[in-house]
Amino acid sequence: MPSLGDIIRNSQIWKSIFRHPAPVDRRNRVVVMLTNFFLHLHPVSAKKQGIALSYTWCMGGVTFFLFLVETVTGVLLMFYYRPTIEWAYTDILTLRDATSLGILRELHRWGAHAMVITVWLHMYRVFLTGSYKPPREFNWVVGVILLLLTLLMSFTGYLLPWDQLAIWAITVGSNMARATPFLGYEGPGAQLLTVGGIDMITNASDARFGLLGARFVGEETLNRFYVLHCIAIPLGVALLLAIHFWRVRKDGGISGPM
Amino acid sequence: MHGLTYEEFLSQLSGFLCGYYVLIATMNGLFALYCWKRRGEGRLALAWSGLGLVALILAAMVASGNPDIVKYISFNEGIKGFIDALMSPTTYSLGSLVILLVMFRFREVLVRPNVAWLGLNLMMLFMGLSMADSDFAAIVTKPDNVPIVGLIFLLAFFTWLATAKAVVNDKRIANGELPLEATESEKEKVLVWPDLVYTELICMVALTAFLLLWAIVLQAPLEEPASAVKTPNPSKAPWYFLGLQEMLVYYDPWMAGVVLPSMIVAGLMAIPYIDYNTKGNGYYTINERKFAYLTFQFGFLVLWVTLIIMGTFLRGPNWNFFGFYEYWDSHAVEAMNNVDLSQYVWVKGLGAPLPKPDPEAAFLTKVMVIAQREFVGILLLIGYFAVLPPLLAMWDKKRLFQPMYKRMGLIRYMVMTNLMLWMALLPIKMLARWMFSMKYFIAIPEYFINF
Repeated sequence: MPSLGDIIRNSQIWKSIFRHPAPVDRRNRVVVMLTNFFLHLHPVSAKKQGIALSYTWCMGGVTFFLFLVETVTGVLLMFYYRPTIEWAYTDILTLRDATSLGILRELHRWGAHAMVITVWLHMYRVFLTGSYKPPREFNWVVGVILLLLTLLMSFTGYLLPWDQLAIWAITVGSNMARATPFLGYEGPGAQLLTVGGIDMITNASDARFGLLGARFVGEETLNRFYVLHCIAIPLGVALLLAIHFWRVRKDGGISGPM
Repeated sequence: MHGLTYEEFLSQLSGFLCGYYVLIATMNGLFALYCWKRRGEGRLALAWSGLGLVALILAAMVASGNPDIVKYISFNEGIKGFIDALMSPTTYSLGSLVILLVMFRFREVLVRPNVAWLGLNLMMLFMGLSMADSDFAAIVTKPDNVPIVGLIFLLAFFTWLATAKAVVNDKRIANGELPLEATESEKEKVLVWPDLVYTELICMVALTAFLLLWAIVLQAPLEEPASAVKTPNPSKAPWYFLGLQEMLVYYDPWMAGVVLPSMIVAGLMAIPYIDYNTKGNGYYTINERKFAYLTFQFGFLVLWVTLIIMGTFLRGPNWNFFGFYEYWDSHAVEAMNNVDLSQYVWVKGLGAPLPKPDPEAAFLTKVMVIAQREFVGILLLIGYFAVLPPLLAMWDKKRLFQPMYKRMGLIRYMVMTNLMLWMALLPIKMLARWMFSMKYFIAIPEYFINF
């Protein structure tokens, strides 16, 4: 008499999804890594030292997992949120007070803070083990860009609740852009860029204006940051993550003594 | 007091603090067990369980919520006043640098498990005793500041872990052995299923549980609706940018907000291309790469992290400096009489008025007058970035700079030294500000170039 588990595992549906028996023996533990889409990011085998938790701190993996958490909670939050001055704040209030599973925003915000911390710790570990050294120089560069994009994702998201904390933090942060050399209207060299005596760089055409979409943090900024936060930066991150993981494999696998 | 009497404050806090001390007690109990069973250190186990008992007593005391009892387990006004009086931007920054250097020097002692454990206990005890102060508690428990407290403990832990591993490896290397990561048993290959996949799964489950708990316990901050006319004081950038905001005190926005952040990113990217040392690739070591290690730790721990902590916890209204236990008084006034270098040179040194460019004059004429006015600062800057590196290479023949120059060639050597000098310029500017009230080395307000 076959057990229910056997019936399921021998069914055509199951076998069409998992094309090999359970990974309980050596052969199938190899096969599972090669045939499963999610697992094929990994190699089949790795040096014992390279996967030790005390060596890697798992911080890169944790950062990636937090990115996934942010994506899922972020998509759910988008159902409840309209990025306009009229609705942004009240939508957050509704989310807090009237929506079931009312910890969505908490998960998203604390996850974001945690992600900033874990990406720093990942960089810290990679530096301390000298894992940026040849042949992994370029992957370190990709990692630095990813770190920067993580900060920018967090920064653009900071504005969306549209409360006092949000707009003033973004105001302070983006005020720097008006001092960009040549491209900010209070930056050095900007006043040299004139055509026929007319300034090219003004507070309505400089780098800060480009960032905010206006001369101060307002409706246009909210829209711009919303698009950057939900679409533009995450897409860039996803692409670079793919390159980052791929290069880990191609540049000699998980780091270890060369 | 934020509209609360001290009694009300305590009754709100006592539950949390009680749990905190129970946590310390539990940790010490478990560590005592570990010492006794695994390491065979009976006496130390006894000491740690004693400490655990003390923490339990503290938990009971704080649970009472009675100010007359709690005052015995909080810093008294004298100690708090002393700590606050000691703290200033100078002592804080130099102090953290000195502490880290001392920790580096004595790392072999400090990484021993029992010493490190004592350090963790002291850190937690300091937090606990400080939390009974309402001003301290108000800043530390602000929802967006909680991650920074977490960051401090995480960094302490991981720095300990990495240093402990490096100390072991450095000893092995000194004895002619391979680092632990390179031994035969460690280089043996294992299957990723189950050895890595399970670790990842457990990490994911633990992290999810942790995030859920954090989200349930602590509500995300939501302040009043945005208003373009009501400026909060202090206005702070998100916490991870507070190191940059702190730089605004010493640099103009074009430097602090644009040039220096770009240099940080570019400098980080440049690391693999200027660190030619082939040792220390893929294992923890300090002795084999001391220069790279110290440079990075200076940039990351001293400049980046401690400035974030300062910007978060010690900068209050008007970006004035406040000690840990001081009330953030928005009316506190700090005297600011900062003087440019050109003022020092012309007015105080030469006894002459500052040369002033005629606003109607031709562009080049104006530039010449300004160059004359700022000549000392300009010379200093050129000397610092262009002349100092070659001098270092000529003077330091054996140890660092000349071997580097020979190995790297002119361009890479100049890039490396300039990146380092940019890093070093921040503390130099800080010291010049605090000690000589120096505002700008080069002040050209006519073209928004202040440096």
